[in-house]
Amino acid sequence: MRRIISVLLENEPGALSRVVGLFSQRNYNIESLTVAPTDDATLSRLTVTTVGDDRVIEQITKHLNKLIDVVKVVDLTEGEHIERELMMIKLKASGAARAEIKRTADIFRGQIIDVTPNTYTVQLIGASDKLDAFISALGTATIMEVVRSGVSGIARGEKTLSP
Amino acid sequence: MVVRALHDEGVKYIYGYPGGALLHVYDALFRQEDVQHILVRHEQAATHMADAYARATGKAGVALVTSGPGATNAVTGIATAYMDSIPMVVITGQVMSHLIGEDAFQETDMMGISRPIVKHSFSVSRAEDIPAIIKKAFHIAQSGRPGPVVVDIPKDMTSPTERYEYEYPKTVKLRSYSPVTRGHSGQIKKATDLLLAAKRPVLYTGGGVIMGNASAELIQLARMLNYPVTNTLMGLGGFPGTDRQFIGMLGMHGSYEANMAMHHSDLILAVGARFDDRVTNGLDKFCPTAKIIHIDIDPASISKTVKADIPIVGPAQAVLAEMIELVGASKKQPDAAAIKTWWDQIDEWRTRHGGRYRTDDSDKMKPQQVIEMLSKVTNGDAYVCSDVGQHQMFAAQYYKFNKPNRWINSGGLGTMGFGLPAAMGVQMNFPDADVACVTGEGSIQMNIQELSTCKQYDLPVKIINLNNQSLGMVRQWQDMNYESRHSHSYMKSLPDFVKLAEAYGHVGMKVEKYSDLEAAMREAFAMKDRLVFMDIYVDQFEHVYPMQVPRGSMRDMWLTKTERT
Repeated sequence: MRRIISVLLENEPGALSRVVGLFSQRNYNIESLTVAPTDDATLSRLTVTTVGDDRVIEQITKHLNKLIDVVKVVDLTEGEHIERELMMIKLKASGAARAEIKRTADIFRGQIIDVTPNTYTVQLIGASDKLDAFISALGTATIMEVVRSGVSGIARGEKTLSP
Repeated sequence: MVVRALHDEGVKYIYGYPGGALLHVYDALFRQEDVQHILVRHEQAATHMADAYARATGKAGVALVTSGPGATNAVTGIATAYMDSIPMVVITGQVMSHLIGEDAFQETDMMGISRPIVKHSFSVSRAEDIPAIIKKAFHIAQSGRPGPVVVDIPKDMTSPTERYEYEYPKTVKLRSYSPVTRGHSGQIKKATDLLLAAKRPVLYTGGGVIMGNASAELIQLARMLNYPVTNTLMGLGGFPGTDRQFIGMLGMHGSYEANMAMHHSDLILAVGARFDDRVTNGLDKFCPTAKIIHIDIDPASISKTVKADIPIVGPAQAVLAEMIELVGASKKQPDAAAIKTWWDQIDEWRTRHGGRYRTDDSDKMKPQQVIEMLSKVTNGDAYVCSDVGQHQMFAAQYYKFNKPNRWINSGGLGTMGFGLPAAMGVQMNFPDADVACVTGEGSIQMNIQELSTCKQYDLPVKIINLNNQSLGMVRQWQDMNYESRHSHSYMKSLPDFVKLAEAYGHVGMKVEKYSDLEAAMREAFAMKDRLVFMDIYVDQFEHVYPMQVPRGSMRDMWLTKTERT
């Protein structure tokens, strides 16, 4: 099952490599990973999406908690949450395809953020499956490049992840 | 600052080897007398000495190695300590800060190399942080589930020309690290009820009882309940080896009765043990009728391989003490009739395969006989530091450990070459104790250069070399699984160990007949101030039994070369 695990991490050199190393060392899977500092400069927030059965996920959260640089761990998928990912996609856009791409982007509430006579670059924000759906919906359009940010997530309601 | 901080931490000995990146530190060591430095001949030995000190005392040992090759030579020792949860602080020199990342002379990314095998690591980037970092390193190494901590110090951070305010912190506060100090009372209560209701219980205890200083509590609880106790390889000595309630080690080379009892049990109380593959054998067939209570200080060890019915996260000592109290106060007592039947069954297993090796009429020695003699000559009180291989299993099976912290071996990593430096580390700190290094002609040659260190510091270790002229454990597997194709498991060019020992300034003895063994061993242990290398020729073809059948259950074992359960 796919899980989104959020981690508050000391903003120290080497802290990220401990987290990433843990996943490869123990043969856990990383589907996506995002990390950036928070409003508190001493802390980074890291979001990792992974796939595994309950036993594996339990081990992942336990081992993350054991890392000295890890301050807090939460499995967002255990509760109500919001996930978002940003994608920028560069497409060949000439002739009839040009209008079709614009229409599809509008349907998905994407924005065209760069234009040349032969290309469009579309920006799209949403849950990962929405981004996947957009790519499938493009049909025969020629994809030149895809950049995805990886998933970020936050709990719904008043719950927060704080040190 | 480094040396002063070590002194303030109460460190008496550090084990190390100098090099360019550490010259400032070595100069500081030279100009003081409080912290004594022990010069080894290879950095691996420094880490094993520090590690063995920790195993014998529970306090973190300290190794000091230089950058580059010094640090990489220490890696095996760090991994050894990590796998067995041993507190250790390893200080590694590093090239000067401005050279890091430029492939400078003797540079290696020690933070990166050591990352998967440390509990934590620090890289010093401001010299004034050194005292606080050293304090944190010791705190992390020794608390919770212990483990090795690396402190990487670039050379310019130890420059004697720069001066800083020095204050050694009294306490440590880490917002992201606060190990548990007691177990969950509700869980302990539930566990105790289950424990008292058991009809076929086994107490299965490991290294957590040794490092968690919980041996006294374990003995008390076991006595109150009259339940059988089995120890893992790391847990030997946690319960007295000569006690009637002790049913031996369990696992791959565990005793027949321990493995049978585990398989047929209805309740397993696991304390400070981690259900590793050398214990459980085939996981899908593991103890089918048992409920499992698992006490461990590390939550990640619980339900990692075998799901616990009642998990208890906490230090073994505190949790067992709480259980003792509950059992004492409980109106309910163990079902005496059921426990009596259980003991009858265990004793029957014990009698059926009590004598686990056979001797013949010749004067050829069995390795097991040598260990039994060692146990007899030292009254089960020696520190036995083992290398890795058949001799290690024979020592675990046949030496009767009556006290904790006396059995010192590389259980998790299985590091050949561990034994001699480990024995040195123990002897250094317990100069009057009997310290034996049980080894084989394969393992001893992996760190034999340390005989020189033994001479320099007058370490009267007794080396018990079970010489079967082959890498016995490898050969055993080749006999059993590869139709006796002995690929590279024998050595045709063994040195004359007696002469070798003498060349290093020690006493060498060669023993070939069992009838000579006792006198020779007594003579060796009577030489209180000399290292004695006993080169003991044993039966070349002996195997370690019982041996679990791969992927079988706990009870599937080979008992001799031809007999299996």
